[in-house]
Amino acid sequence: MGTLTDWTAHEALERMGRGEVTSRELTQAALERIASVDSEVKAFLTVTPEEALAQADTIDARRKRGEPVGLLAGIPLALKDNLCTTGVKTTAGSQILHNFVPPYDATVVRKLREAGAVLIGKTNLDEFAMGSSTENSGFFTSRNPWDLTRVPGGSSGGSAAAVAAREVPLALGSDTGGSIRQPASLCGVIGLKPTYGRVSRYGLIAYASSLDQIGPFSRDVTDCALLLNAISGHDPLDSTSVDLPVPDFTAACIPDVKGLRLGVPKEYFGAGVTAEVAEAVWGAIDYLMELGATVEECSLPTTEYGLAAYYILAPAECSSNLARFDGVKYGLRTKELAGHIGLTEKTRDEGFGAEVKQRIMIGTYALSAGYYDAYYKRAQQVRTLIRLDFERAFETFDALLTPTSPVPAFKIGEKSDPLEMKLADVCTLPVNMAGLPGISIPCGFANGLPVGLQLIGKAFDEATLFRIASAYEQATDWHQRCPALSV
Amino acid sequence: MPEYEPVVGMECHAELLTESKMFCGCRNTFGGEPNTRCCPVCLGLPGSLPVMNKTAVEHVMRTALALNCRINPHAKFDRKNYFYPDLPKGYQISEYDVPIGVQGWLDIEVNGETKRIHIRRVHLEEDTGKLFHMAGEEESHVDYNRSGVPLMEIVTDFPPDIHSPDESRAYLMKLRAILTTIGVCDGKMEEGSLRCEPNVSIRIKGTEEFNTKTEIKNLNSFRAVQRGIEYEVERQSALLERGEKIIQETRGWSEAKQQTFSQRAKEVEQEYRYFPEPDLVPLHITEEWIEAVRATLPELPDVRARRFREEYGLPAYDAAFLTDTRALADYFEEAAQQSGDAKAVSNWIMGDLARLLNAGAKEIGDSPISAKDLAAMVKLIVEGTISGKIAKTLIEEMYTTGSEPAVIVEEKGWKTIKDSGAVQAIVDKVFADNPEIVVAIKEKGQTQKRGFLVGQVMKAAQGKADPQEVNRLIDAKLNE
Repeated sequence: MGTLTDWTAHEALERMGRGEVTSRELTQAALERIASVDSEVKAFLTVTPEEALAQADTIDARRKRGEPVGLLAGIPLALKDNLCTTGVKTTAGSQILHNFVPPYDATVVRKLREAGAVLIGKTNLDEFAMGSSTENSGFFTSRNPWDLTRVPGGSSGGSAAAVAAREVPLALGSDTGGSIRQPASLCGVIGLKPTYGRVSRYGLIAYASSLDQIGPFSRDVTDCALLLNAISGHDPLDSTSVDLPVPDFTAACIPDVKGLRLGVPKEYFGAGVTAEVAEAVWGAIDYLMELGATVEECSLPTTEYGLAAYYILAPAECSSNLARFDGVKYGLRTKELAGHIGLTEKTRDEGFGAEVKQRIMIGTYALSAGYYDAYYKRAQQVRTLIRLDFERAFETFDALLTPTSPVPAFKIGEKSDPLEMKLADVCTLPVNMAGLPGISIPCGFANGLPVGLQLIGKAFDEATLFRIASAYEQATDWHQRCPALSV
Repeated sequence: MPEYEPVVGMECHAELLTESKMFCGCRNTFGGEPNTRCCPVCLGLPGSLPVMNKTAVEHVMRTALALNCRINPHAKFDRKNYFYPDLPKGYQISEYDVPIGVQGWLDIEVNGETKRIHIRRVHLEEDTGKLFHMAGEEESHVDYNRSGVPLMEIVTDFPPDIHSPDESRAYLMKLRAILTTIGVCDGKMEEGSLRCEPNVSIRIKGTEEFNTKTEIKNLNSFRAVQRGIEYEVERQSALLERGEKIIQETRGWSEAKQQTFSQRAKEVEQEYRYFPEPDLVPLHITEEWIEAVRATLPELPDVRARRFREEYGLPAYDAAFLTDTRALADYFEEAAQQSGDAKAVSNWIMGDLARLLNAGAKEIGDSPISAKDLAAMVKLIVEGTISGKIAKTLIEEMYTTGSEPAVIVEEKGWKTIKDSGAVQAIVDKVFADNPEIVVAIKEKGQTQKRGFLVGQVMKAAQGKADPQEVNRLIDAKLNE
């Protein structure tokens, strides 16, 4: 039966339901696992053992009394540290928020508490979710559990690593250009970016508001669906969250792809995708055909402009979203006080890292009078074209299949060129530009490192992604492989 | 010296009367202990998101309709980016290129002539917090109670229609009358709920060019707006006469010195990096919505003034004065209907009541004399129960005590003396006490001295005698 930390959430829920194990035992096991491996994996920025055990005891007591419990009652869960948690430090991976303790919960955090989840800690990320490796974290770099000399991906690298290293069965991340799917791919776990508007962004420290979306990490498809169930739905506090009924996604995990029409956009296998990755992904595609899906090549011609347009729009929004960090109200304040302009400039200079500064500069430039039409407006037009590309493809196909990341996990410090780093998101960011759902599932290994298959769905049709992912998962055992951490 | 003509653009900000702030549930009221009406949203805490206040949008739609604007069906919100400690997010949510209302107008009357002032746009934005300083401290403090209060901006069109300080004032008064009438703003300039920043330039009369303009800030009364513009016109004329240049700048208004002073030069156009607010969805204003809002519009000041002239026979001046605010017009109309003498009510409101309110720095809404009581007082005069002279004292008493006029009149014994015998006795006594005056009138024809006798009788009667009766009795006695 393996150890407690090997169980998926739904397995642990069943066992708790049968009285075989308590939430305290699960939580204790998770805390012990963190204590033994996290000095190497470095997934967590903050661990809250006391709060977690207290929450576990509350759930255990409730179960014992036979009272109804929530969807995730007693399951240890980690949160990316850009999700606001009442009373628990929330840094967004930045020195500028090194001491910020929010007075409120993000909507997803409130929902998780209501679902009975045991919030165990906050995970590392690239500063303000800007990056693909956690190397931009203002604190430290997390490591890939499959090879500790390599990155876990990013920006939600801490959450991906924590799930892969069996520290927690579930975690939340956020995805602006691939920040859930790419680290899921690099760490060999499942990561889903829901449709824009499916999950409330209230309490997610914004990077690029029109692209950000919160989503789950898990080790199997059912767990992913379970966590999405817990966090989805319209939120009156987020005007961009959509008021649509939320289906039971676990019910959508039907391992049957017969009759589904799947498209493979050729542009996603272009330059940059390594032969090993392409081979693993094509292997998965062949498998899905064998399972009864119809697969055809298709084209999304505007894809090649996606990266350029993204790196106008996301920095433009970030230059504005990050303006609030001025040393006046919370977070870091420079000790060199010299009037309000000096205060703002010095605080921001001390508090932000190089990548964040660069994106703020790019965004500020792109929005400036005289450049707006050439950059921001043009990029919005490209965005529309990308969305139309997808819409056209979805007239024919139920879902699209691509690699998640063109490369497996790279060495820490290997990608020193910022542009090269940005190419890590070339397959994922068009999905954010179009606001569509995308999931990365493990589909093999390249030289011992996990490779991910990305499934892209129609807006608000996460159900089809779960169906395909379930079928593939049932037929393969990639998701059961476990990194051999030296403990 | 050539004759200069002012060219004035008016930019006004009105805090909207809503229960809650523009993007959160915090209460929208004036004042209070600093930072007691704030939440993660209006403090701009990381991760917080705005949610549109529908009432605020409807107030702007109401204003746009009252100002004869076209309403943009796809109005949207934009971010105006700049750093300032009173701006918690580092940007203000505003409307840039697609505001709710565009291309409207209102009419003003100056020197008996009607003039149409065109309006360029009416848009919605959020207010900022306020910086304040404590005596003896070097640091600044910020109060975010005002942060996120819905603010409406109304800008006149270009080229400007306004060419005098009088017109500026008339525009602002008419605007305030409309805003208070439709109930979107309380119009209190001294509390800053209605703020006006005129842009002033001058040119040689008859020419069409536009010269360097200055913007005047901190004008918190109609008088200050008029004086501020007058001062700027004089200052700019003097500069041009001396052959000096006018600098484009923002100038403050000093109430103490009655002068404008340089605040900040505007050499470079501020770079606000506007872009569409991604946290809000664009508005979708349907015809049905517009019509539903239109249906809530009350009678507008111009229409009401016309009706006051026609229905109550008021002079144009009275009608305009009384429709200055909705509260005043409502007050007048209630009193006029109850008293049956509209012109008398108008006179009392514009005269004694206005004087008393001004002295106490009160608005009509705070008047200790209710419309009902004012009507009762006018009725007492009309029915002859009290004299107009006594009423002058009575209204002061009503204002001070808040009591009903009949009660005061009873208590003080101010009823007109109806008993002719009693008045006759006073007349007889005054004649007896002033034989030389009687002789002067009767024998030397010094009829101007007759007034003295009337005065003495009224004085002896403590103002309670009916003046007509007094005159009749005096004439009779002189002709004896």
